[in-house]
Amino acid sequence: MSFWQKYVFSVDHKVIGMQYLLTGILMGVIGAYMSYVFRMQLAFPGKEVPFFGLVTAAEYNALITNHGSIMIFWFAMPVLIAAFGNFLIPLMIGADDMVFPRINRLSYQIFLLSAVILIVSFFVPGGGFGGAWTAYPPLSAKAEYNLTPWGSSLWLLAVALEFVAFLLGGINFITTLMNSRAKGMKYLDIPIVLWMIVIASILFMASVGPLIAGAIMLLFDQLIGTGFFDPSRGGDPVLWQHLFWFFGHPEVYVVLLPAMGIVAEVMTTFSRKKLFAYKTVLFTTIATGVLSFFVWAHHQFIAGIDPRMANIFTVTTVLISIPIAEMLFVYIATLYGGSIRFTTAMLFALAFLATFLIGGVTGIFLGASGADIYFHDTYFVIAHFHYTFVPIAVIAVFAGIYYWFPKMFGRFMNETLGKIHFWGTFLPFNTIFLPLFFTGAAGDHRRIFTYANFPQLATPGLQDLRIIATVSVVILICFQFLFFWNFFYSMFRGAKAGKNPWNANTLEWVAPSPPPHGNFDVFPEVYRGPYEFSVPGRAQDFWPQNEKA
Amino acid sequence: MQTPVATGRSVTGIPTGRLAVWWVIGSEIVIFGGLLMYYIMLRNKYDYWAESSAHTATMAGALNTFILLTSSLFIVLAHYYAEKKDHLKSFKYIWMTIAGGLGFLVVKSIEWTNEIMSGYTITSELFWSFYYTAAGIHAVHVIAGMVIMGIISFDVLQKKNMHRVELIGIYWHFVDIVWIFLFPLLYIAK
Repeated sequence: MSFWQKYVFSVDHKVIGMQYLLTGILMGVIGAYMSYVFRMQLAFPGKEVPFFGLVTAAEYNALITNHGSIMIFWFAMPVLIAAFGNFLIPLMIGADDMVFPRINRLSYQIFLLSAVILIVSFFVPGGGFGGAWTAYPPLSAKAEYNLTPWGSSLWLLAVALEFVAFLLGGINFITTLMNSRAKGMKYLDIPIVLWMIVIASILFMASVGPLIAGAIMLLFDQLIGTGFFDPSRGGDPVLWQHLFWFFGHPEVYVVLLPAMGIVAEVMTTFSRKKLFAYKTVLFTTIATGVLSFFVWAHHQFIAGIDPRMANIFTVTTVLISIPIAEMLFVYIATLYGGSIRFTTAMLFALAFLATFLIGGVTGIFLGASGADIYFHDTYFVIAHFHYTFVPIAVIAVFAGIYYWFPKMFGRFMNETLGKIHFWGTFLPFNTIFLPLFFTGAAGDHRRIFTYANFPQLATPGLQDLRIIATVSVVILICFQFLFFWNFFYSMFRGAKAGKNPWNANTLEWVAPSPPPHGNFDVFPEVYRGPYEFSVPGRAQDFWPQNEKA
Repeated sequence: MQTPVATGRSVTGIPTGRLAVWWVIGSEIVIFGGLLMYYIMLRNKYDYWAESSAHTATMAGALNTFILLTSSLFIVLAHYYAEKKDHLKSFKYIWMTIAGGLGFLVVKSIEWTNEIMSGYTITSELFWSFYYTAAGIHAVHVIAGMVIMGIISFDVLQKKNMHRVELIGIYWHFVDIVWIFLFPLLYIAK
């Protein structure tokens, strides 16, 4: 096969997964660069930013808008769902590919197109869209308000195409898991990470529809001049917020669940313990999914919604912390009594639990409508959701990459470099966002270009906190170069790994490393659940799913 | 490209293609659902939309409902003959379904031309924005269904992939049902 057939137009699920992974990471780098630029502007307002230059207010808005969009739609989604889903689903259920390989390839190509359109939107007259990643009308609907006639439409088009790509991918994932499991693999023998990826795909599919309709309406508002969201013509801008957050809040769980699943796989393998309460995890996952459709309006407590409605959404929002907390407890119970190995993947998995816990707890402040009126749109909110999204999209993803790297490329990543990278990620992450809780509580409003015009906020004390956060961003980004070096060096020169380097149970470890096109020499049969570690009376402390009793 | 083993497996007992089509329809339902929910909410709020909707061509809508329902019957017959392995009859009924879709689009274009000539365009009032947007998205689905049916029909002629007649049939019924929601909401409700 030629290079093009093998790596570019491949229908192999592993190659498509790798394309998603690398494109997603590349977009993540672009998003990180944007955060570096606007953090520098906040810490040292009006100074030239190295590798960028002077930041204008319009550029600042475009940067924060696209940082948010990229990190969620072009980094978290493709890496967590598409890359890991593509790579893991067929391998872990003992199949040779997705059920629709060509639709799978089409999904990636549409995704790539959407990423290109988003990047292009920065270089059109007026520059990139700057109306925040939530794109509230009327700011997003009219060029005379946002001053980005091209940028805002291209942004919307890119988002819509990205949704189409993930709908195609999601249908593939769901159908594959339902129909193509290996002989003997019952519902409760499915590794929890696959359950979570597929439930996330269903959540995505069920929540994104109204926003697709909304995106079409907003596009018509921008391009043809309809008034779907224009109050002077009978439209309702708050309804866009409903459409957006009806998708936007389940979206949080769409990316959270795969991360939780990755962490479950890593933690069971490296504590040599059965996953505590598999069924509880499964049912709490489903409960989270169902509840996630009834919490969206907690984003709109100050948007003028009925206060009685705010009460209801406060209750549902606080309710959803129960299944999430239950999951965290179950994971900690999995560790109890295990023989824990602190590999790099395990360190990242444990860090996920600790940091996501802070994100979850601070969410309760914002879910309560009374407290939210004060905290709304401050850096407290920013710190809160970065304490959820960074553990999900960065820390858990690193856990997954260090864990499955031997399967992806047949070689190990360097553990020493990995551990340095871990501490260089974990510590600066906390010093970025812990100070922002305090600036937010002190009144720092988000989406402000410079605080010089706000005397109460331009104090040296608050400015020091902003500088600490910014310096931490720079440190965190520097340590990622270590990861990239480790990743690409190990791909070709790392120590060779066998079929099952971690002595794990699930089916992907039955295939050769890296698996060839078609994955398995002989399709495995399944005889037991995925987490039979340290079973009493057995010589080995693991018991692969495909091993006959 | 060889078809993977995974595609042929059927743990649930439902063929993979049919399962996927149902998921596609599930995702489409929420798209139309979101749009129509927004429409219904505003429709209840603004009584004066009744004046606008009184201008819609109810007879044209009724004719289109009849055409679409008839075409749904044709695709059922196409499926029936595909199951019986009578590929020529199946081919014939697929093309009669496509003709139904075409008839629907012809009536729709005449109707839209009349409305636009009378000054009711997509920007003239919010009701008309919904009228053109909802029916327009539906029409795109009709066109997509016709194209897919055309491709499938030539497979059927060579006795290949006969099961796909059922899949496009499920989709065509869905397009039909969407219209059955649109027709009373846009035309009848005065």
